[in-house]
Amino acid sequence: MSTVAETRREWLLSERPASRMQARLGRAYVTWRRFSANRLAMVGLFIIIALLVVAALADVLAPYSPTIGDLKNARLLPPSAQHWFGTDDLGRDILSRVIHGSRWTLFVVVLVAVIAAPIGLLVGTVAGYAGGWIDAVLMRVTDIYLAFPKLVLALAFVAALGPGIENAVLAIAVTSWPPYARIARAETLTVRNSDYIKAVQLMGASPMRIVLRHIMPMCISSLIVRVTLDMAGIILTAAGLGFLGLGAQPPLPEWGAMIASGRRFILDQWWVAGAPGFAILIVSLGFNLLGDGLRDALDPRSGDQ
Amino acid sequence: MTSMLRVDQVKVVFDHFRALRGVSLDVAQGESFGLVGESGSGKSTLLRAIAGLVPVASGKIAVGGQVLGRKRDKEFYRKVQMVFQDPYGSLHPRQTVDRLLQEPLAIHGFPDGEQRIRRALDEVGLGSGFRFRYSHQLSGGQRQRVAIARALIVEPSILLLDEPTSALDASVQAEVLNLLEQVRRDRKLTFLMVSHDLAVIAHMCERLMVMQNGEAVESLAASALGTRDVSQDYTRRLLKASEGFVRT
Amino acid sequence: MSALLEIEDLRVTFPTRTGVIEAVRGVSFSLGRERLGIVGESGSGKSQTGRAIMGLTPPQARISAAKLSFDGVDLRSLPAKQRRALRGNRIAMILQDPKYSLDPVMTIGRQIVETLRTHEKVGNAEARERTLQMLEAVQIRDPKRVFDLHPHEVSGGMGQRAMIAMMLIANPELMIADEPTSALDVTVQLDVLNILDRLVADRGMGLIFISHDLRLVSSFCDRVIVMYAGKVVEELKASDLGRAEHPYTRGLLDCMPRIDADRHPLPVLDRKPEWAA
Repeated sequence: MSTVAETRREWLLSERPASRMQARLGRAYVTWRRFSANRLAMVGLFIIIALLVVAALADVLAPYSPTIGDLKNARLLPPSAQHWFGTDDLGRDILSRVIHGSRWTLFVVVLVAVIAAPIGLLVGTVAGYAGGWIDAVLMRVTDIYLAFPKLVLALAFVAALGPGIENAVLAIAVTSWPPYARIARAETLTVRNSDYIKAVQLMGASPMRIVLRHIMPMCISSLIVRVTLDMAGIILTAAGLGFLGLGAQPPLPEWGAMIASGRRFILDQWWVAGAPGFAILIVSLGFNLLGDGLRDALDPRSGDQ
Repeated sequence: MTSMLRVDQVKVVFDHFRALRGVSLDVAQGESFGLVGESGSGKSTLLRAIAGLVPVASGKIAVGGQVLGRKRDKEFYRKVQMVFQDPYGSLHPRQTVDRLLQEPLAIHGFPDGEQRIRRALDEVGLGSGFRFRYSHQLSGGQRQRVAIARALIVEPSILLLDEPTSALDASVQAEVLNLLEQVRRDRKLTFLMVSHDLAVIAHMCERLMVMQNGEAVESLAASALGTRDVSQDYTRRLLKASEGFVRT
Repeated sequence: MSALLEIEDLRVTFPTRTGVIEAVRGVSFSLGRERLGIVGESGSGKSQTGRAIMGLTPPQARISAAKLSFDGVDLRSLPAKQRRALRGNRIAMILQDPKYSLDPVMTIGRQIVETLRTHEKVGNAEARERTLQMLEAVQIRDPKRVFDLHPHEVSGGMGQRAMIAMMLIANPELMIADEPTSALDVTVQLDVLNILDRLVADRGMGLIFISHDLRLVSSFCDRVIVMYAGKVVEELKASDLGRAEHPYTRGLLDCMPRIDADRHPLPVLDRKPEWAA
């Protein structure tokens, strides 16, 4: 058993990989070893995996319905054996709502990352590589976005698009790409004059090919790190929009919206706002720790060995 | 002898700094031509101007009789390839040797990639054991071999060599120089080689040009260096310096 | 003549994730007031030897030696503070690239003045005067102008001269030069070596000249140590280089192209595992 694990490790760490697959897996394994050596990062990873599991199994895990409450008998009950996190003003079980809310949180976070990161990456690398007026135009547009506070800009977009969680996601995505563009551009500027990019130019590669296949891979790791670190901010912005009534609409169990509706009872029935608040705190922490760990594991400057 | 590469009164200006002040040279097909000089002499700039990496302010460059325009086309890069000085900087840090060699084949649309990669690695003496390594898993000499394989894989007729061995240890330098000579003989390549080391140029080239401050000092046959048959003081100084330290 | 520096069985090891790397494996030599060259290829441990003497080895490395004494002082047991005082005052080091060893935001003159004043109590005017003299001694033509320049405003050769001036201002007895001229053009290289040579002769310094260039070292030094894989494989008088016995030394000499010899292909070094044993 241990010898099998031993040879597998040797195969992964081989200095002479025999196939494309082995080279790739070996590289991934080295990154993973560097990541897993960081205990806090593993805590972060554990939190995020737990979030994924909870979101996937929400229907099974939640003891009650997240939307239908017992108005007659179960309004604003404190935490107890029946209702671990208590109930809200409509008699709904808060634990169940928090569990179902994890889906919406993931939905927001993933969608924003999927929309904003590629836009930022593309704008940044193209601007950085092309230079000249293309760079000037793209970066001035970026600056305009950066000049407004994120939440204010998101508010304006939601106000224009109409309230709702999909529009909130869109608004957050539209406002969060500029920092990614900045990072990608800075990274591009450091690699565009390197000999290995010159070598590809000398093969006759088109500028688009150079950007997509040679420059972007160099920017991706710092971008991944930044995106995971931003996840917490995205959750909070979504929660903020929810709180202001412009994000998720009732009875959707979105955490921010839950805090907003629990605000009225914060002094007497603290658990109504406290439980989703705590969930946001934990998940944000998880993403932050994960991002920090990824930064150390993926940073090319920390040596590729 | 037919002219393979002709450079005519080429000038290069960087922000008012005149890096090249009108340099001309003519390299015959199959010839190995050397450019020698110290830093700031413009020897590397000339190489990069030919490759299209720096803009030419005035003058003409012709490859195989065809005058080059402002933009180099794909056809040019099939004919002319370059090997850089720093083997640590010229290979993409996130790509395996396999990926590095595939890229030129993909760009130029070669059909039998698999075979060509294997042949190219064999030709530079690396073998398939190196094919899926990342550049950080290679030594300096091995990296330079990969760089040479990458340049040769599109079957160019001119190889531009920018101090290809100055970052390597002496024993590795000998191996790489031998390899370069070997491929030149096998493929009947034309070399344009830049170096600060007179001995390397004398060993590798048939003719050479000494450069200083963006200008040609003199052109001579490599054999003239051995017999000290040089006409310019600057060349003489370089020759003397290459002999090592003399206590005065 | 008593030895200035005595080293016996010096070992430098670096613990890494994959095991221990032995950079220097039992190097012994002694140095008088002479020019000693240490030659080897990258990874031979030549630079780590110099750094270990200087006390500049990275903190995770382990150094051991049967003997490591400078002018009778045991460097192994010396407290960090005294070691620092020794460094710069009596032992100085020149590194390959002046760009990285000079402070980019301080003028050259001020850096030299500061160096002088950390080692000696001298007044402002005197420090300036001595700095200008020192700059003149390294053949900087216009010392007053260079005094007020920043490192990026001077050429590589000038920067290396300034670096030498800074290292010599405290009048060290031992100078360790790690590839001091490799980043310079050949003609400048000889100028810098000339300066170094004169200063060593005039002041009676000991010099350790670390380089990859066997021919340059042998033309400059009195004695040459050839290192391979962390060990000394051969030690000989520089004038006897032609009679070197070890196949590594011979191979290293042979594989370099020569202007007046037509050797195709060049002989290559056939590394034998027993050399590293």
